[in-house]
Amino acid sequence: MTGGDPLVEVTDLVKHFPIKRGVIIQRPVGAVHAVDGVSFAVRRGETFGLVGETGCGKSTTARLITRLLDVTSGTISFEGEDVTTLGGSRLKALRRDVQMIFQDPYSSLNPRKTVGSIIAEPFAIHGLLEGKGERKRRVQDLMDRVGLNPEHYNRYPHEFSGGQRQRIGVARAVALDPKLIVADEPVSALDVSIQAQILNLLRDLQADLGLTIVFIAHDLSVVRHMCDRVAVMYLGKIVELADGADLYGHPRHPYTGALMSAVPVPDPTLARARRRQILGGDVPSPSNPPRACRFHTRCAKFVAGHCDVDEPLLEPKEGGNLAACHYPLSDEEIAAARITAAA
Amino acid sequence: MTPLLEVDQLKVEFSTKDGIVHAVDGVSLHIEQGKTLGLVGESGSGKSVTGLTVMGLTRGRGADIVGEARFDGRDLVSMGSDELRTLRGNDVAMIFQDPLSSLHPYYKIGRQLAEAYRTHHPKASRAEARDRSAEMLDLVGISDARARLDAYPHEFSGGMRQRTMIAMALINEPRLLIADEPTTALDVTVQAQILELISRLQDELGMAVIMITHDLGVVAELADDVAVMYAGRIVEYGPTETIFAAPQHPYTWGLLGSIPRLTTPRDEPLLPIPGRPPSLINRPSGCHFHPRCPYVQPSHREIDPMLEPIPGEPGKVACLLTVEERRALWARLRDGATPDEARAAVLGQVAPA
Repeated sequence: MTGGDPLVEVTDLVKHFPIKRGVIIQRPVGAVHAVDGVSFAVRRGETFGLVGETGCGKSTTARLITRLLDVTSGTISFEGEDVTTLGGSRLKALRRDVQMIFQDPYSSLNPRKTVGSIIAEPFAIHGLLEGKGERKRRVQDLMDRVGLNPEHYNRYPHEFSGGQRQRIGVARAVALDPKLIVADEPVSALDVSIQAQILNLLRDLQADLGLTIVFIAHDLSVVRHMCDRVAVMYLGKIVELADGADLYGHPRHPYTGALMSAVPVPDPTLARARRRQILGGDVPSPSNPPRACRFHTRCAKFVAGHCDVDEPLLEPKEGGNLAACHYPLSDEEIAAARITAAA
Repeated sequence: MTPLLEVDQLKVEFSTKDGIVHAVDGVSLHIEQGKTLGLVGESGSGKSVTGLTVMGLTRGRGADIVGEARFDGRDLVSMGSDELRTLRGNDVAMIFQDPLSSLHPYYKIGRQLAEAYRTHHPKASRAEARDRSAEMLDLVGISDARARLDAYPHEFSGGMRQRTMIAMALINEPRLLIADEPTTALDVTVQAQILELISRLQDELGMAVIMITHDLGVVAELADDVAVMYAGRIVEYGPTETIFAAPQHPYTWGLLGSIPRLTTPRDEPLLPIPGRPPSLINRPSGCHFHPRCPYVQPSHREIDPMLEPIPGEPGKVACLLTVEERRALWARLRDGATPDEARAAVLGQVAPA
């Protein structure tokens, strides 16, 4: 379902969180560069994946797109309109179209409210379906749609399992018929057998409702399963962006290659045939990121005097992937490391 | 070869105000020196309680423990607390999922490591313990180890804290390491580092490892044998190759069908297991998996299957279908049939009985 016009476009998105010192008079002494110059477009009807490890800025990006955080600089446009600094009633109108599904189904639902009123909350906020019977009917339809028993309308979140709670979160997110759903790690807190139920539900809803989804996860297999296009983030920047098949078929950025190589394969024969490429060290601090290419401190292909001096731009490489790297992986290197499925 | 650890009919029950929780219900397993056993299951399957009980960590919490866990011929379940304390952290060690809550935030890393050493080496001097601590930190790949002994846990990243936990667990060169979801809280590149580290240390020190995890990928990479747990019991047990190539239990099929992989076509739909894990207070009658099993027969609601050897295979399974039925079902599932199609073809039923 790709090829549509862009629904969301972000350009040079930057978010710095100030680090403050002092007890009474706090003065900024630095900044955490959570997101540092990120640009991408999400096409109507597609699922756009953002992957990366802890601290890479993927969740901050999600919060910027949904306007839960204000940008430091850069622009966000939604359906061609600049929404970067929208406020008041126009922001409220935007929120009808942009909804979010959160990671933790335990803390994202108010424990003192019934499931019915949690799912009806979006209608209440936007003054829709004022008639009580009408609203209840719609909520029960939604519950049925996401695989919950509509008779459980008056139950409280604690009476539901983790998977069912995530279904409540999904029902709430699709209640207003939004155009965009931003799902931040929607299945990482769930058991394997339940994960698959929620992933299938999201795919079904997308097909039925024509949703556009920004899907954020750290699990590369899940992202591959869900997404049409994928952006890989490292320390606040996108290091590679490509169609799912291209990204997983021939990763060009060495970081993408290392990530894929690190995923344990649930197949003992394949697992033993693979040559694991292990990244040394830890992710550097985002308050003091490395110069130029941020991955150069851990990269196997690092060339002194180039990678640490010249910042690589996100440019097309062989096979159509956009990658920010001076020395992208070649097909031979990918085959030798047996990173991908084909090998 | 006599097993290093032999768990025999272990049962752990907890009394709560809602009723008795049957956390572990007749688990038997064994592990030889130098080998790795993967204990797989979802939340509430009893895998962690099994590990904790072997370590004697469920004692005195309202737990009713029956059965044996013989380590080197000595039963850890009936052993006195003092005797157990000489083994725990010494011959048998454990690492936990959350490295932040497992380290004391007030004490320096070096002091916590040294404590683990001096507990079992009472004659060792402070300096010796410090040397040994630095040596261990170095072994687990923390650079500048001696200087880092004076760091506090909050100064370490998640990966470094988990390495520290491993260093602490291994400081007395245990013969058995129980690792309870050691990489679940970590990023995938750090996970790869930690798994590599555990298997390298295992080769160097010759210890046995019980790897408790929900991640079939981790098991496939590390384990020699796999035990799949469901609702407090082992439902399938065998060599890793067999479990992945020719699994026999419908729950194992369900697990394998519900994980997205990097190696299968993207459009292949996931086949989740319907429903959810049962309550361990009121367990389903008969086969505990029957409410979620697509291949259930009327008799399965009454008869409780035993974990029995599979004819002609090295593994064991607790399933009431015949071995021919299971082979035929798996052959179809492996070729891409849905559970409904497989059931119709093999058992001739359109809907679950």
